[in-house]
Amino acid sequence: MAIAKAKTPIPEQPVEQRVRNFDEVALGYTEEQALMEASRCLQCKDAPCVRGCPVNIDIPGFIRLIKEKKYDEAIKKIKENNNLPATTGRVCPQETQCEALCTLKKIGEPVAIGRLERFVADYELSKGYDIPLIKVRRDKRVAVVGSGPAGLTVAGDLARMGIKVSIFEAFHEPGGVLIYGIPEFRLPKRIVRAEVEYIKSLGVEIFTNVVVGRSITIDELLKEYDAVFIGTGAGAPQFLNIPGENLIGIYSANEFLTRVNLMKAYKFPEYDTPIKIGNIVGVIGGGNVAMDAARTALRLGAKEVHILYRRTEEEMPARYEEIIHAREEGIIFNFLVSPVRFIGDDKGQLIGIELQRMTLGEPDSSGRRRPIPIEGSNFIFSLDMAIVAIGTVPNPLISMTTPDLSINKNGTILIDKETGKTSKDRVFAGGDVASGSATVINAMGAGKIAAKSIFKLLVEE
Amino acid sequence: MFEIIVKKELAPNVKLIEVKAPLIARKALPGQFVILRVYEKGERIPLTIAEKNIETESITIVFQEVGKTTKLLGKLRVGDKISDIVGPLGNPSEIERFGVVIGVGGGVGIAALYPILKGLKEKGNYVISIIGGRSANYVIFREEIEKISDEIYVTTDDGSLGRKGLVTDVLKEILEKRKIDRIWAVGPTIMMKVVSDLTKAYHVPTIVSLNPIMVDGTGMCGGCRVTVGGKIRFTCVDGPEFDGHLVDFDELLTRLKTYKDEETLALRLFEESEGEKVGYSKS
Ligand SMILES: Cc1cc2nc3c(=O)[nH]c(=O)nc-3n(C[C@H](O)[C@H](O)[C@H](O)COP(=O)(O)OP(=O)(O)OC[C@H]3O[C@@H](n4cnc5c(N)ncnc54)[C@H](O)[C@@H]3O)c2cc1C
Ligand SMILES: Cc1cc2nc3c(=O)[nH]c(=O)nc-3n(C[C@H](O)[C@H](O)[C@H](O)COP(=O)(O)OP(=O)(O)OC[C@H]3O[C@@H](n4cnc5c(N)ncnc54)[C@H](O)[C@@H]3O)c2cc1C
Ligand code: SF4
Ligand code: SF4
Ligand code: FES
Ligand SMILES: [Mg+2]
Repeated sequence: MAIAKAKTPIPEQPVEQRVRNFDEVALGYTEEQALMEASRCLQCKDAPCVRGCPVNIDIPGFIRLIKEKKYDEAIKKIKENNNLPATTGRVCPQETQCEALCTLKKIGEPVAIGRLERFVADYELSKGYDIPLIKVRRDKRVAVVGSGPAGLTVAGDLARMGIKVSIFEAFHEPGGVLIYGIPEFRLPKRIVRAEVEYIKSLGVEIFTNVVVGRSITIDELLKEYDAVFIGTGAGAPQFLNIPGENLIGIYSANEFLTRVNLMKAYKFPEYDTPIKIGNIVGVIGGGNVAMDAARTALRLGAKEVHILYRRTEEEMPARYEEIIHAREEGIIFNFLVSPVRFIGDDKGQLIGIELQRMTLGEPDSSGRRRPIPIEGSNFIFSLDMAIVAIGTVPNPLISMTTPDLSINKNGTILIDKETGKTSKDRVFAGGDVASGSATVINAMGAGKIAAKSIFKLLVEE
Repeated sequence: MFEIIVKKELAPNVKLIEVKAPLIARKALPGQFVILRVYEKGERIPLTIAEKNIETESITIVFQEVGKTTKLLGKLRVGDKISDIVGPLGNPSEIERFGVVIGVGGGVGIAALYPILKGLKEKGNYVISIIGGRSANYVIFREEIEKISDEIYVTTDDGSLGRKGLVTDVLKEILEKRKIDRIWAVGPTIMMKVVSDLTKAYHVPTIVSLNPIMVDGTGMCGGCRVTVGGKIRFTCVDGPEFDGHLVDFDELLTRLKTYKDEETLALRLFEESEGEKVGYSKS
């Protein structure tokens, strides 16, 4: 039988329906669909796909177990390398990672590795997960700062190696961007909570409401713990620094998404945190964050939502699937425009934005073609809400209060990539705080590396 | 969960609570604040740490009931628990020996001013306090402030206590006559603006404690941004205290009104249900 050239489609909520709710868009494979998709995998000996996965999941291995309908074993196989499979199966940019290297790409679409990973992870969550037996308990304690994917991975891995881990999280709920940033319709919060519960079931304790750098310092943690891992992400929003940016109606994507996701402003007034939604919304940026903000604004009742991006579709860093979904839902894309100033009325409310048209020049340091302003091309665009999604940088609270921690020019923590070691003894770091904004799976990969070297330091040396 | 161990009513709609919060009590310094969330469906609101008690591992906050969240908080009793409190947040006040300092406090701002003046007094400054409120029973923390002040002036709008008039009337008289090294103004935004405008003419460095709308309090949302000296600053990490002569108060006053409609609605629904159905359950 010839192998199907295309991925087995994944059922989705119909567009007309989903733009009016916060329920998940992609519904996940049925068993039948999963088996059909698994049958496409060639079980390549050299498994090129594994090289594309930052945590090196045995991809042919778990897919073979799906083929054999051994779902319990399939999820165990994934969890050997990945503590948060229900999350990564949903949000990994598979097209540039595991699936990018799949042999099947030579004849058509790659195996839908992410969807299969999600299928077995959801299968396990629906029936209750097994808690792995921790064989040896060691007399070592590690403090993990931040409970995003990097912190959860370090904690989970070390706990499984018998080390006692405490996580310190600034917010009232653990999960990092998975909880406050990525919207419900892409990553339901019950999934994140279940993944966090799994980490806790390994014996990890989580202290919420602790801002390291304010409530307690790294040096104080080092007095009580044998090592510290910093996984505080890159959560500080950047603004455009153009006139009018403090008008009412202008949000950073972080504020907008935190109000909606973490604080549940989409359920105001049942929940107490308010949010203001405009009729015409402009989202400035072209990454995942911009897509999430745009689709969220639409679901909250905006009449028109525009992406305002200074390059073209080709340079957009967002996951491919999110761009497709956004477009299906009616988000309007405006390329090659750059904001010059915001315009307000006499009440301080945003009513418009001045944009300048751009053209693409030579590639810049990121390898993408640099946008160049076109003189005299400025025009006014009417809108009453703007969301700035042009990137984030690490929060300065820890670097400010830990003088002997070396920091790069862009505010990230300097680490040795092979070990996760920082310039400070017994202190490790990884994830967005070291790499700058990246991906969930990269943060997890960095967490795995750090967990290994922490174990080496505390137990083997 | 954070247990309330003391509760008092200081003035109409102004309440004081002392809450067990060991980590925060250990660290808190004058000028810092906490962010709390009363219950599961609650919003996060900032409140200044008015006092800390290391023995009882607790902090004191004083708040004015202005909307749903503060009214809900005001309904809690001793023994009740607050879901989340995080802190201490913000930079501590710069407490040094300046010489002669004036503290100007209005409304609940007086409670927030108190730890700062106490610190300044301990450092050996000559402390002049000017505190004011609508009428006599709104002038809170008078005895505490009196104890740590070398001079104290009280004003009320209706003349029911101290002088009839505004804190700035007294301030102006003092500035006319004496050399002052530094001024702190803590209170309603409009009061801080008027004080800053006044002291600018006399070239006296003036520190204000800003109160924009906050969410996280750790620098990750940018909602608390203010313009100071033409630059965007995040109040929760760069402040809350800034040079009053550089603050764009009009912008801050405008931004504080962002959610007026939603706040009115939330309060109306809360009062209609008298706090029952809106979700807070004792645990
Ligand atoms: C809206 C949005 C959508 C995204 N979509 C995708 C996607 O589809 N796919 C993908 O792969 N990636 C996506 N990303 C990127 C991805 O979420 C991040 O790369 C990843 O979460 C980084 O993980 P982390 O553990 O390093 O940090 P974070 O997830 O940022 O977690 C850091 C945690 O540390 C806490 N913290 C910070 N400072 C302190 C402190 N001083 N003390 C205590 N705790 C502290 C924070 O509150 C937070 O909980 C998205 C990001 C955003 C914002
Ligand atoms: C650093 C700081 C310290 C503060 N200290 C004190 C204090 O010690 N005592 C005190 O009584 N008040 C203090 N405030 C103000 C207090 O946070 C607000 O009064 C409170 O949030 C109102 O909430 P509400 O739901 O009861 O009222 P609402 O009806 O929701 O709001 C009333 C007004 O309060 C402001 N406000 C609303 N939500 C927020 C928010 N999330 N953050 C900040 N302001 C908001 C707005 O201007 C609004 O119009 C402080 C504010 C800041 C920023
Ligand atoms: S974790 Fe991400 S990159 Fe790795 S196999 Fe799963 S989907 Fe692919
Ligand atoms: S490269 Fe593709 S076909 Fe080959 S093992 Fe990996 S997933 Fe299967
Ligand atoms: S409150 Fe969010 S950045 Fe200050
Ligand atoms: Mg409120």
